[in-house]
Amino acid sequence: MKKETMSGLFMLVIRRDLMLAMRRRADVLTTLIFFVMVVSLFPLGVGPEMDMLRKMAPGVLWVAALLSSMLSLGRLFSADHLDGTLEQMMLAPQSLSMLVLGKMVAHWMVSGLPLVLMAPVLGIQFDMSAEALGVLIIGLLLGTPILSMIGGIGAALTLGLRGGGVLLSLLVLPLCIPVLIFGTGAVEAVSTGLSVASHLSLLGALLVLALAFTPWVTAQALRISME
Amino acid sequence: MLEVSNLACSRGDHRLFSGLSFALHPGQIMQVQGENGSGKTSLLRTLCGFLMPDEGDILWNGSSVSELQEEYYAEMLYLGHLNAIKDELSGLENLRISAGMSGIELSEKDAIAALRRMGLKGRELLPTKVLSQGQRRRVALARLLVSDAKLWVLDEPLAALDVAAVALIEELIAEHLARQGMVIFTTHQPLQVAGMEMRTLTLTRAGSGSRGRPA
Repeated sequence: MKKETMSGLFMLVIRRDLMLAMRRRADVLTTLIFFVMVVSLFPLGVGPEMDMLRKMAPGVLWVAALLSSMLSLGRLFSADHLDGTLEQMMLAPQSLSMLVLGKMVAHWMVSGLPLVLMAPVLGIQFDMSAEALGVLIIGLLLGTPILSMIGGIGAALTLGLRGGGVLLSLLVLPLCIPVLIFGTGAVEAVSTGLSVASHLSLLGALLVLALAFTPWVTAQALRISME
Repeated sequence: MLEVSNLACSRGDHRLFSGLSFALHPGQIMQVQGENGSGKTSLLRTLCGFLMPDEGDILWNGSSVSELQEEYYAEMLYLGHLNAIKDELSGLENLRISAGMSGIELSEKDAIAALRRMGLKGRELLPTKVLSQGQRRRVALARLLVSDAKLWVLDEPLAALDVAAVALIEELIAEHLARQGMVIFTTHQPLQVAGMEMRTLTLTRAGSGSRGRPA
């Protein structure tokens, strides 16, 4: 019998979660539709003044991305917890952190990546320039994985709690503030003619930090939640 | 070899058992008995490391399991009340994924052979949500066929199974013991393994001073 390596197990978790997401497409679509709706409500509510919309655009898009990523976080571990798969993951002969990272990556591919791809289309509604759209996409590409990873900690801590969804948002949203600040800051820097590199490199640094620590912290939180 | 010494476990403020000691050697099988709420499942979950014991040690081949971690997990297999199978996936996909998670890369041919032996011929590719309770349990139990773990920890393996499946599980356990494997399990149904001495561990719930004693 062939043995699974650590990277084999990591890929297996990603493949499995993507396969499950494909079989429950409604879950994926609700997140995306929520994002589109929230962003589209602003021009309707605020009125069609181009200058104001252009100024608001990065903030609105980022906040909407943040909120819609909260929407799907509750499902990150709860289904696996209910049907016992999480127990088996803890008994895997490889580090639980690696499996958790796999789940986070899959979560991002299902809930974060579609937002990134959708964002430029929505940006046009706000009359964003091509350059600003480019920076927005890069910022979201760096930032949305951080949201999935920080969210993972919250999802693990609130596992099995009644009304955990609201608590989860209260726990996670404050931690996401730096991502929001640098993400929107980068897009605003474009319009004021400043360099975007500093904001984006800080986002990159946050991503590396999150990659290094959140899987481990989440794995510990899961072990506590299992007791 | 699995050794448990002076183990104590509680849930909330309630002490389930204390001073529990036993050893399980290769080729041995032990049944954990006791009424509802006496701590059978908690004992098995403690052996898996899901619950931290209040006192005492669990040793695997002489080293503490909390230090061995993944090394220990590679040599044990746990089947709990929950089947750990996904409704949306077929039996075949479920089995290959759960085998993968326990560290074994299973070929499609081997997985189908295992499911057929579990009596699921013709249902390998159906999503498990259309299967009956007993058939789902069979999908979960198919892991026993493809695992190379030395220690099996089985919590109510016979729940929802019919007579033929019970006989099959008895056969699988006998094969596992013949390979010098170890089994610790709980059940409320009689389970007979031919030619093996069945050790029993009875957890009693005698007020606050509850004790487990291997017979």
